[in-house]
Amino acid sequence: MKRMLAACFCALGLVLPTQAAEVSVAVAANFTAPMQKIAAAFEQDSGHQARLAFGSTGRFYAQIQQGAPFQLLLAADDETPARLEREGLGVAGSRFTYAIGRLVLWSPQPGLVDDQGLVLRQGRFDKLALADPKLAPYGAAAIESLTRLGLLQDLQAKFVQGENIAQAYQFVASGNAQLGLLALSQVHADGRLRAGSAWVLPAWLHRPIRQDALLLTQGKDNPAAAALLRYLQGDKARAIIRAHGYEF
Amino acid sequence: MPFDPAALQAIWLTLKLATLTTVLLLLIATPLAWWLARTGSRWRAPISALVTLPLVLPPSVLGFYLLLAMGPHGPLGQLTQALGWGLLSFSFTGLLIGSVIFSLPFAVQPLQHAFEAQGQRAMEVAATLRARPLDAFFTVALPQARTGLVTAAILSFAHTVGEFGVVLMIGGNIPGQTRVVSTQIYGHVEAMEYAQAHWLAGAMVLFSFVVLLSLALLKRQRGPGLP
Repeated sequence: MKRMLAACFCALGLVLPTQAAEVSVAVAANFTAPMQKIAAAFEQDSGHQARLAFGSTGRFYAQIQQGAPFQLLLAADDETPARLEREGLGVAGSRFTYAIGRLVLWSPQPGLVDDQGLVLRQGRFDKLALADPKLAPYGAAAIESLTRLGLLQDLQAKFVQGENIAQAYQFVASGNAQLGLLALSQVHADGRLRAGSAWVLPAWLHRPIRQDALLLTQGKDNPAAAALLRYLQGDKARAIIRAHGYEF
Repeated sequence: MPFDPAALQAIWLTLKLATLTTVLLLLIATPLAWWLARTGSRWRAPISALVTLPLVLPPSVLGFYLLLAMGPHGPLGQLTQALGWGLLSFSFTGLLIGSVIFSLPFAVQPLQHAFEAQGQRAMEVAATLRARPLDAFFTVALPQARTGLVTAAILSFAHTVGEFGVVLMIGGNIPGQTRVVSTQIYGHVEAMEYAQAHWLAGAMVLFSFVVLLSLALLKRQRGPGLP
């Protein structure tokens, strides 16, 4: 019996590396839509499986620190991956920027947002949704932009904060907030605005939102993780990423 | 100092929300529980199920539907807009409505059990003594159900203090309006401010333990009749 088991394990060992592997990926909430498309294409092209979890980068950081079984992190910023790498939880040298995000002022109502964002100054709205600036890079970028525009003081009373950028979007999409400072990728698909009205904030209003990917220590020897990292830098993935309103 | 001003504000808001929720719930749940305990109506079963629903639904489901209902296209949102109140989402009033719905079964069930345990006899005796039904209710039925009343109040209060999912969905995290202790703790944990999280979370554990302990002591003192 023991010998049979041993034989089985040997056979497994021989078979596994050549077979499809699975990689579990922690993905920043703003990258949900493009990542679903990329993962589908990746699975078809490589035969590997990608299991995706979406959420706020801050929470993923805490979870990874506590040993969460993620092998790859697609963060919403560049700080968190750098910190994880310093702390020995990521593979040194595996970090790269997979997308640069843009901030957009959006309303589901057509015509409410003009192409210069004057609606923010006219103040004809009740609530402005954004992601919690303490937790989400898009929230921090929103605060930075409003500060540069000199509007922070006036608008603070109208803020409603989502735990992450996906929740901020939900507040606006459901009509509970009239306006939201969101990730362009959330309202942009196939190279254009999906619905409503929007103003893409000029890039000089905030520091660039560099979204970095990092191979986590747990995924060091996983062929699927390495393959997905390569795939993210390939033409097919980049086309999807660009179509969703990101830059490089 | 263990609690910064933001934490104190969240604690104060939480206590205010829990107190108002409890008062409203006792006013709503008492007649409702009385009706459920007495009626032979065929509506009893569906209403009873409806009242219990918040007990089994994930708070995220409840919060999501509340968000839609309070929005400009939802029935509640259209009503409040027609009345000139604007939208209730992201406001203390909206949170209060959410809390009342969320904790309804915790108020109704102990009261209903207490009323059911009484049977019909006391009220019948009161009637033969020519007490009007409403009179008999306040002088006979309600005093007899006082343990149920206290249990309902304690559970409603504690459950509202511990509410999280619904607040997260309809609150919008506004200081002094909708940022309660549970969402504050969540924010601290996500932002990796573990020291502040510990103080608030520890206080929450202590509070909940004291509440449940007092409930258990009350139960022993009063004997059976409590859930």
